[in-house]
Amino acid sequence: MDNEKGIEIRDLSYAYGSKLALEDITVTVRKSRFTALLGPNGAGKSTLVALLSGLFLPKAGSIEVCGHNMAVQPRLALSRMGIVFQAQTLDLDLSVQQNMGYFASLHGLHGRAVRARIDACLDRMDLASRRTDRVRELNSGHRRRLEIARALLHQPRVMLLDEATVGLDVPSRTGIVEHVHRLCTEQGLAVLWASHLVDEVWADDDLIVLHEGRVRAAGPVTDVVSECCAGGVLDAFNRLTAGSSNADSPARGEAV
Amino acid sequence: MNAPWSAYLVCLRGLLWREALRFFHQRERFASALVRPLIWLLIFATGFRSVLGVSIIPPYQTYITYETYIIPGLVGMIQLFNGMQSSLSMVYDRETGNMRLLLTSPFPRSYLLLCKLIAGAFVSLLQVAAFLAIAELFVVDLPPIGYLAVVPVLLVTGLMLGALGLLLSSAIRQLENFAGVMNFVIFPMFFLSSALYPLWRMKESSDLMFALCTLNPFTYVVESIRFALYLDSNLVANTVVIAALGVFFGLSVYGYDPRTNIIQRRGRG
Repeated sequence: MDNEKGIEIRDLSYAYGSKLALEDITVTVRKSRFTALLGPNGAGKSTLVALLSGLFLPKAGSIEVCGHNMAVQPRLALSRMGIVFQAQTLDLDLSVQQNMGYFASLHGLHGRAVRARIDACLDRMDLASRRTDRVRELNSGHRRRLEIARALLHQPRVMLLDEATVGLDVPSRTGIVEHVHRLCTEQGLAVLWASHLVDEVWADDDLIVLHEGRVRAAGPVTDVVSECCAGGVLDAFNRLTAGSSNADSPARGEAV
Repeated sequence: MNAPWSAYLVCLRGLLWREALRFFHQRERFASALVRPLIWLLIFATGFRSVLGVSIIPPYQTYITYETYIIPGLVGMIQLFNGMQSSLSMVYDRETGNMRLLLTSPFPRSYLLLCKLIAGAFVSLLQVAAFLAIAELFVVDLPPIGYLAVVPVLLVTGLMLGALGLLLSSAIRQLENFAGVMNFVIFPMFFLSSALYPLWRMKESSDLMFALCTLNPFTYVVESIRFALYLDSNLVANTVVIAALGVFFGLSVYGYDPRTNIIQRRGRG
């Protein structure tokens, strides 16, 4: 049975060979909440997403998605999760609708109800007029919107988005961030939004700051900012990731 | 997810449909799949007709032309190249991130890989059908029922060569390394088999080469197809093909298991 928590991660560790990439990660992604996972490049965000999506198996610790343990019930966990990876996973030679249909079949969905759902998802992302276009003909912003529409097709309870706005212009980025925020409030989704762009975090979001494979802070944005005695998210982020061996500055983008 | 059996069929249908769409979109791939064996049949075989003699060996019951002899080998070649093409597209999908979509489906990973194999074998059937239709027009005279009898064998041989491709794709780390596969897998497999010459001829020339041919699973692919085309069955060849399919597929499933982390070996998320 699905529980109230979207994702629960306990004592999660992962290593590439002898190099520890994630160490003792314990965080919760709540339902109806937009949880931003912020970290500089190399912090371990994509590794965490790969673990959450079952592409990697953790060396230690556990992951539960809607109460289903990823190691014990991976299929139940995956069926409740919509994922948008950093790298695009669309088939460029297929049309928008065909990409959606292919994804539906990968979840065992078919029939009139699914076709209606495809139409609804495309409508919601303003892609209805492009449904017969080949993906190759879409710009980057539309492709990202299509990936989000596709990730919602099987009506997941949890959304995982890894650097979903990379390479997009500001209006496209803003539009996608706003839309995903709306998904939390309107559909009760638990969203984990991995990014290195602090301006994508809103004041009433939850925030996890990941740095060098460890959680440096986690909680509501206001709590994290006040605990750091910082002036805002960017300031808090800079303080929490100070002394980075990666020396990657966060991209600021627009003011928070 | 306790998916009903119909959901599994939907998944299979989706993968078949996507593979067929890709195949029809990539007309060059279809053309090259046909041109390659036709060059062998119409040029190479014509030139070598008088050089290479083929005695009466099972399943043939009379003297045959060299063109007729190499047809099963060329059919096998189409399936071999198709299997490697699937391998190439798997490696490409992995590099571009497309593979993640497949691997995060809630269906068991082994089932998803099996669906990929079936889809690949289905595409190779289309290629073989087109090749045999053209070959029939020009040079070859096969028993008409043989075209039907060979279909189930082609499905199994297509699966086996697809599984080999799948296994290779789990071992190849970068797309650039694929050229090595051509040199070290496709050509030795094709030439060290009974595709172009009967094994007794190889034995006359070199015992070592003959031994290598008998160890080569592609030899048994060719013989399975050859016997089926003539409404006969080669138990040894069929057994080896099925066993190789099991081994290659089992190793592929292992290669794509998250514990062995093929995605991780490619890059860090």
